[in-house]
Amino acid sequence: MTATAAITVVDLRVVRGDAVVLPGLSCEVEAGSVTGLLGPSGSGKSTFLRAIVGVQKVESGSVDVLGHPAGSAALRSRIGYMTQAPSVYGDLTVGENLVFFARVLDMPEAAVDRVLAEVAMEESRGRLVNRLSGGQRARVSLAAALLAEPDLLVLDEPTVGLDPVLRRDLWELFHRLTERGTTLLVSSHVMDEADRCHALLLLREGTLLAHATPAELRRQTGKENLEDVFLSLIEERT
Amino acid sequence: MSMRITRAVALRVLGQLRRDPRTIALIVGVPCVLMVLLQQLFGRHSPVFQDVGTPMLGLFPFITMFLVTSVTMLRERTSGTLERLMTLPLHKIDIVAGYGVAFAVVAVVQATVVSLLALGLLGLDVAGPNWLVVVLAVANAVLGSTLGLFVSAFAETEFQAVQFMPAVVLPQILLCGLFVARDQMATWLRAISYALPLTYAYDALARTATNDVSDVWFAIDCLVVVGSIALAIALGAATLRRRTA
Repeated sequence: MTATAAITVVDLRVVRGDAVVLPGLSCEVEAGSVTGLLGPSGSGKSTFLRAIVGVQKVESGSVDVLGHPAGSAALRSRIGYMTQAPSVYGDLTVGENLVFFARVLDMPEAAVDRVLAEVAMEESRGRLVNRLSGGQRARVSLAAALLAEPDLLVLDEPTVGLDPVLRRDLWELFHRLTERGTTLLVSSHVMDEADRCHALLLLREGTLLAHATPAELRRQTGKENLEDVFLSLIEERT
Repeated sequence: MSMRITRAVALRVLGQLRRDPRTIALIVGVPCVLMVLLQQLFGRHSPVFQDVGTPMLGLFPFITMFLVTSVTMLRERTSGTLERLMTLPLHKIDIVAGYGVAFAVVAVVQATVVSLLALGLLGLDVAGPNWLVVVLAVANAVLGSTLGLFVSAFAETEFQAVQFMPAVVLPQILLCGLFVARDQMATWLRAISYALPLTYAYDALARTATNDVSDVWFAIDCLVVVGSIALAIALGAATLRRRTA
């Protein structure tokens, strides 16, 4: 274990029904970086992220987050979690949603203005979430995760359905957050987002194919395109 | 338990309800219509309306709040927002208590309107104090909503949640003493009756109707109702799981 690991996972095994979702995953996530969790849909990305935030039943293995076992009460004010499906209230306005989460987190109302600006949703503060597009809903959900200025942000596909300009803006935001020491673990199934990450975890069928920087992966496989990198890693295995 | 978070949850639930005026109209309007039907069916001065009317002031809120709360809580469970809440620094009981407080506020409105209608316009005579009828009707509603919160844990869909109403509520209504007095029930039925919380809620209202409230049994009724509400909140919180499969 290195001194700078924000997350340390050892032999994490998750079984759902009789399906083994994660057969035994080990990895570390470096503090103050953006780590991309990439893999096709159904590869176990969401399950892995849920285990880190402590809402996933795990069969065995250990998950340490910021020096505490995942799910500890001490971690709850230090982790921001954005679920894959936007977990905000559809029958409330954007502002009402964020004010609610700010109250629960004991944050001042100024925090609501801050996160609305961060996700570029100031204009929509008074709109009902049910009336928003999928991408806008996702940004409200992301804004709620940013409220407490957490040390660790766990984001499950935060950029799905967003237009390229917004996606670029959000990735810039993620990098700004690392400058103030935040660790980000971001899942995606879009390979072109991989280049924006400091480190990549490539997951397939619950197994970690690689854990390296984008540059290292290119060198290792001799491929330029990250899609091809992924393919050649799978071929190596089989 | 945190007052701040309980309050935040209660305000949020009320904010969501405010966006759904049709549900509010149904919550308040349906018991009123049923009371009018009851009075018209038996007649203003009939012993049936006069005997059954007061307990009904508690039963209608009990049923509607049970339904509304169990479906609302189920929505929270299935929409993913509960999963987010579980990662936040709050206690599970804060969520359940927040829901309880929000629906208690709705219950106050509902029970007050229905009681005013029955005691005023419909001419229901209550020997005991009228304010006590309103308080007990609210207690019935809160009991219904906390039971609904608890039961929602066992439903996976809204369809199932609705089915819990006949399963959990109707036996309590049948056995509470309204249809057959408890001392005339078969022993085993009486034993079940004494184990069900609605029996005590019904008995308290029936005693208020006949101004039988200085009796020690009235105090016991009230204690059991309050205890059942607290127990249902605790069980409701216990059935919320931070970790799910």
